[in-house]
Amino acid sequence: MVRGRYRVVHYLNQFFAQIGGEEKADVPPQIREGAVGPGIPLQQALGDEGEIVATVICGDTYFGENIETAAEAVVELVAPHRPDVFVAGPAFNAGRYGVACGAACTAVSRRLGVPVVTAMYEENPGVELYRKEVFVIPSARSVQGMREAIPRLAGFVRKLGLGQPIGAPQADGYLPRGIRVNAFAERTGAQRAVDMLLTKLKGEAFQTEYPMPTFERIPPSPAIKELSAATIALVTTGGIVPRGNPDRIEAASASKFAAYNIAGTDDLTADAYQTCHGGYDPVYANEDPDRVLPLDAARALEKEGVIGRLHEEYFVTVGNATSVANAQKFGRAIAERLLAAGVDGVILTST
Amino acid sequence: MRLELGIVKIRDVQFGETTRIENGVLHVSKSELIALSLRDPRLAVADVELARPGESVRIIPVKDVIEPRIKADGAEGYYPGMIGGMRSTGSGRTNVLRGITVLTVGRIVGYQEGFVDMTGPAAAYSPFSDTNNVVLILQPVDGLPEHAHEEAVRLAGLRAAIYLGEASRGVAPDEVQVYDLGGAIDLTLPRVAYVYPLLSQGLLHDTYLYGADAKGLLPTLIHPNEALDGAIVSGNCVSACDKHTTYHHLNNPVIKELYRRHGSELNFVGVVVTNLNVTLADKERSSSYAAKLVKLLGANGAVITKEGFGNPDADVMMLCKKIEDSGIRTVLITDEYAGSDGMSQSLADTVPQADAVVSVGNANAVVGLPPMDRIVGDLRSAEVIAGGFVGSVAADGALSVEIQAIMGSTCQLGLGKLAAQEH
Amino acid sequence: MPVVHVASIVPISMTVGANRIVPAVAIPHPLGNPTLPEREERELRLRLVKKGLRALQTDVEKQTVFDA
Repeated sequence: MVRGRYRVVHYLNQFFAQIGGEEKADVPPQIREGAVGPGIPLQQALGDEGEIVATVICGDTYFGENIETAAEAVVELVAPHRPDVFVAGPAFNAGRYGVACGAACTAVSRRLGVPVVTAMYEENPGVELYRKEVFVIPSARSVQGMREAIPRLAGFVRKLGLGQPIGAPQADGYLPRGIRVNAFAERTGAQRAVDMLLTKLKGEAFQTEYPMPTFERIPPSPAIKELSAATIALVTTGGIVPRGNPDRIEAASASKFAAYNIAGTDDLTADAYQTCHGGYDPVYANEDPDRVLPLDAARALEKEGVIGRLHEEYFVTVGNATSVANAQKFGRAIAERLLAAGVDGVILTST
Repeated sequence: MRLELGIVKIRDVQFGETTRIENGVLHVSKSELIALSLRDPRLAVADVELARPGESVRIIPVKDVIEPRIKADGAEGYYPGMIGGMRSTGSGRTNVLRGITVLTVGRIVGYQEGFVDMTGPAAAYSPFSDTNNVVLILQPVDGLPEHAHEEAVRLAGLRAAIYLGEASRGVAPDEVQVYDLGGAIDLTLPRVAYVYPLLSQGLLHDTYLYGADAKGLLPTLIHPNEALDGAIVSGNCVSACDKHTTYHHLNNPVIKELYRRHGSELNFVGVVVTNLNVTLADKERSSSYAAKLVKLLGANGAVITKEGFGNPDADVMMLCKKIEDSGIRTVLITDEYAGSDGMSQSLADTVPQADAVVSVGNANAVVGLPPMDRIVGDLRSAEVIAGGFVGSVAADGALSVEIQAIMGSTCQLGLGKLAAQEH
Repeated sequence: MPVVHVASIVPISMTVGANRIVPAVAIPHPLGNPTLPEREERELRLRLVKKGLRALQTDVEKQTVFDA
């Protein structure tokens, strides 16, 4: 069976599509058959295996001022051409163009499920905004780099067009997207560690296999003014659940959180509650679950009038090998429910 | 201190009337092994099965893995402080059966054990898919408390491994490996220490050094040979991917790698054993004390390994920070928990000093595994072990699990070749 | 809505970005101490929860550990 040529749609701004310079930067999205401008050498580099069937063009100012609608219009123009690959740029260090390339690629990928790639200078703002979802091939800062950029971009388009797997960034020449992928190395971890240490001790350049991550920072919320009138909620990542774990929260890598009603309960007892957390010695929490979720103390303070009211539900998940993304998702959902219920402050306990 | 490991290579295992080694085949007397295990009154039922590389076998849930060994001089037991009398390990001749292990199987806490497939995609992740395995399936008497259950299974595994090791008496080793730090030292080479934290988080998460519970230790100095010769025993029931089984301690790959380069690229100056405890004060004390010992050793560099994940991230970050801040360069070996999509931050704690990290894989990565013809143990455990979830076991026995559940898949001693990289 | 994170391993709490932090007892029993008699353990827990409430009543500009 002879496989047909894979179909490519290319995105360009008004300048590279030879419509005009800054004075034409407000042209809305439009489409032309075949390759245009840098698409012509790109088509040459693709050879007979792939064909640029159409080129979408949009002015940088228009795109920048209407990112969502422009991206949507690009998707509408691209869809009838049923591409196997969508490619944008190269945008070099043109900021608005880079953002447009990233946004157009993201929209086409999400809406049409088509593999996408763009090329731009590493410090183009489009990189930081879109690299997690879009393959970005690094290019030079200016259009002088077109000659090097086209073959690199073409090589990647070819891989996508032929459905070949994409390997590591160094091997396949794209900017890392922040996605951790497992692969078997040639040497064991211990060998790599000793090699890295010896290199570091010589004062030579070494490459860590995991640069230290950064975590999101949230501005602190204002304090509670009137505690005796406040509703306080209890939340825990320590896995305290009704005995039997009715919602089957996982012992590790939790995929969910749960809420349980504690109205009328003054104390968490071993016969009614337990921990389902798989990452710590469960004996103490199972003997007295208040050691992880301090209901007895919170209830006593409610009765004394120190706090206005203890919220009638507590929230629980398991913080054990649970991804930050899932934890953030649970946190957001729990916060929404607590805000909707008029809760004023939260005691969050972790094991 | 000179340790000789007399390696007897085992290429196959069979049941037999008596336990013996013939032409590289270990014959195992099932009845003797069962009787030996049931001498402990805390165990009610024992059974033995064999699993060989390439067979369609899934072993679940696995607690510990032990390499059969004995001292050639006839010293009783192999694990001082745990089995037999107290003595120092790390010198003299030790007989090692290589290519075979004892695996202890049976639910203890229900979610903190792992599995081993002898073929298929999971086999690439576990060192125990490449060994012949004598699987000891143990059930406790009714009502046995968890800690007594763990201890009984731990000791049964060690005893079984010693029992199999006895078959090496009179068998000529295929190879003799010598571990000796002595000899001429090239003073121009960098001095490298190894910082070896042991999980010590209470019942069912413990490790033993000469039988002493590691959580009570102040960090201490050992000769590398001691670890390679039975000083450290695992009592852990934690996530399978990155706990150190007793096998891992006996075959610590960092120690072996530092030995391999000792005298040519570096001077291996010693091993600092520390713990991974459950309070902040303990973590601060142990990391400071361990850093001080590394400094006292006059080290220029140190390899730091890790066991477990989550709160132990804080311990190893303290170690990196304190050791680096005392002018000694470090490399840390760690695994990652980046979510099944690989897009989350991988560690719970970080310091800027941890600038040289070896990643041994994302434990949250999910793999689909075909059914196996034979199940040793209880397949339903897959839904509750760490890394499994509701729906992990398909009706036909296929598995969908995080590699977290595979024994030794992301070993933070760096035994395997798995790595995570950014895409 | 302010949140106080009651957890044992303060460095982790700091790394992941909690703004109000109350150091707890130990990982398996952050708000308890099994070695204490029951009454003393309850008092310990009450003190930790009260400290958490004080944190919720305190305005902070940056990550703050309430260990006094």
